Amino acid sequence: MEKFDLKGFKQKLLLAPDFKSYVFGLFTPWNVIAGIILLFGFYAMVYRLIFGLGPATNLNNDYPWGLWIAFDILAGIALAAPGLTLGTVVYLFRLKDYKSFARPAILSSLLGYVFAVIALLFDLGRYYRVFYPIVWSWGLESVLFLVGWHFFLYIIICVVEWFPSFFEWLGQERLRNFFSSLGIWATAFGVIIAGGHQSALGALFLIAPTKLHPLWYSPLLPLFFLITAVLGGMAVVVIESSITHRYFKHQLKRFDQKAFDKKTLGLGKALAVVLTLYLLLKGLDLFHQEKLHYISLSSTYGVFFVLEHLLFGVIPMILLLWAVKEEKPFWVRVLSFWIALGIIVNRLTVCLIAYNWYIPWSQKYYPSWMEVALSLSMVVLIILSTRFMIRRLPILSD
Amino acid sequence: MKRRDFLKGFLSLPGILGIGSASKFIEEERGFKTTHTQANAKNWEIYLKRKESKYEPKEGSYGVLFDATKCIGCRRCEWACNEWNKNPNQPIENFERSRFEINSVFEKIRRPSAGAFTVVNRFDVDGKVIYVKKQCMHCLDPACASSCFVGAFTRTEEGAVIYNPTVCVGCRYCMVACPFDIPAYEYYDPLTPQVTKCTMCFDRMVEGKVPACVAVCSADALKFGKREELLKLAYKLIADNPHRYYPKVYGEDDFGGTSWLYLSPVPFKRIGLPTGLKNSPAVYTRNYLFAVKVLEILASPVLVYLAYKAMSKKGKDEE
Ligand code: SF4
Ligand code: SF4
Ligand code: SF4
Repeated sequence: MEKFDLKGFKQKLLLAPDFKSYVFGLFTPWNVIAGIILLFGFYAMVYRLIFGLGPATNLNNDYPWGLWIAFDILAGIALAAPGLTLGTVVYLFRLKDYKSFARPAILSSLLGYVFAVIALLFDLGRYYRVFYPIVWSWGLESVLFLVGWHFFLYIIICVVEWFPSFFEWLGQERLRNFFSSLGIWATAFGVIIAGGHQSALGALFLIAPTKLHPLWYSPLLPLFFLITAVLGGMAVVVIESSITHRYFKHQLKRFDQKAFDKKTLGLGKALAVVLTLYLLLKGLDLFHQEKLHYISLSSTYGVFFVLEHLLFGVIPMILLLWAVKEEKPFWVRVLSFWIALGIIVNRLTVCLIAYNWYIPWSQKYYPSWMEVALSLSMVVLIILSTRFMIRRLPILSD
Repeated sequence: MKRRDFLKGFLSLPGILGIGSASKFIEEERGFKTTHTQANAKNWEIYLKRKESKYEPKEGSYGVLFDATKCIGCRRCEWACNEWNKNPNQPIENFERSRFEINSVFEKIRRPSAGAFTVVNRFDVDGKVIYVKKQCMHCLDPACASSCFVGAFTRTEEGAVIYNPTVCVGCRYCMVACPFDIPAYEYYDPLTPQVTKCTMCFDRMVEGKVPACVAVCSADALKFGKREELLKLAYKLIADNPHRYYPKVYGEDDFGGTSWLYLSPVPFKRIGLPTGLKNSPAVYTRNYLFAVKVLEILASPVLVYLAYKAMSKKGKDEE
């Protein structure tokens, strides 16, 4: 093994000749905005830890789950599914065309999960007991138990899948190859684990049939959550690749705009198919469970339901089909943003609006500024760490 | 309490934002007062001791029958519950007064909160005033127990559903799961918050006493006894007074059946009781977990095959 070169490593880590120039290099406008958000976020974290959930959040007995669960966990995990979709396609089905997408996909899954769990820690009343369900107090009948275990296992899987690029960066050939071959098994296992907990996040609400509005409550909730997570995973891959291909072009050795556009269109096609499937199942649910009468102009929930599915379901589906047919990769990118936004809206709706639908609107929960700040700073942290890693690790250049 | 005061002085920044000073008020206003009530912990310990000392469980579990046609809204049960469980309390007159006052607690529909395991609500059904007590229903197949990922709830042989604060992580999924919106949380405790709820006075029951709220009720609206016998009694009451009662007993099979049973002059929906489900909601999550396991088993050989194939293909590619 080669001798460890501290100075060289430091430069590799900082991407600058010394620490001082690294710090000065940080002061860009975007970084300053990110810094301000983080400042508020950290304030919220400290405040939550010292004074408790009550003063920091708008949670109450009617709304035990607020923005941190709805956004950071339910939406965040669904959007952190690139590893599930792209990882599987590339490593298990060996679709070589998409190989360059796989490493970024795995990185976004890893970071997505890690920061979702960090946000969760602030939401748990007794965060220091977070290992209880893993270690010694098992509530085997609980869906949340399954979610907890699967999160735990899936983060390990993501780390294993990410190790090859990490060890490549460190120049450890042997370890890299070892984890590379382990990666295939991790991916196979990951399909079960990720599929399990993505659906379980929807299944959490199966236990509240009278508390969730009938338009959203369905025996198919787990399936809906799983399908939308697959959608979210693909949408995020499109979003992320279009951003990275724009800002990190120099890292791509043989960049071919045409080939890249073609792959984007391919993902667009897959998005359209899955979205259509989702809407068909939603329709079936509506008819089969005889819920149509809930849709009326006089009911806010009915109007909301129709708007949600028109704006984030039917319209993007039609536009996607058009964009794929007319070969417009730009529109596939725009629609991917739109679909990702739709998934966030869907999770917030299920968890915050459709939940406890029988209490008056005036008593509904809305997040406090500290909850928003903490959630936003998690997003900022994900973006910053993605950038940090892409600049250093061989994520794109593989 | 000391610790918190110290911290409040220490970090006066929130004061600038006008939060710190207001939080005490909100805490009481919203009913999340952190009481560090020991009632739940105490009952859990009694339960553990009884489990160890191999007592002979008696046949059949207990229940309470609440008769909404008899409740006069004196709120003495609230007082007695606070008193017995050492929750924050007021003189009993303050409770009794509410029903005669204009801007009383009855203006709003309340729910149990930290430091108040039971509340009495007033409903106006077509000009008819009906008072309804609300507390944990002590379900036969409790959703709270099924939902908890550390198994902090147990249904005892006697029928009481009790909570163990020593393992609770504070995820609050039990609050999402409970169809009656019973468990409450001590949101204002930064370090050791707990879920709080009615214990059915398990500690009194094992000593042969009736629950504190039942003992204090002088209007004959609460009756304690074997659940089976209470059901029979309830149906007899309905049969004898068909004009007085809506001809059903709430809790017989609602949400899988509950230990607390309700009689009402009007349909239960009108007095704020959730309806429409005859089995425990826990059934759905149980079915899901079973289905997931089946699917995972079915999927694994396929995935192993795919991984195996991918491995050998990879070897070939590199040659
Ligand atoms: S009423 Fe709620 S808290 Fe009480 S036993 Fe039933 S599910 Fe649990
Ligand atoms: S809050 Fe506590 S008791 Fe309730 S489900 Fe979570 S761990 Fe269990
Ligand atoms: S049974 Fe005991 S704990 Fe429950 S409401 Fe009555 S007095 Fe309170």
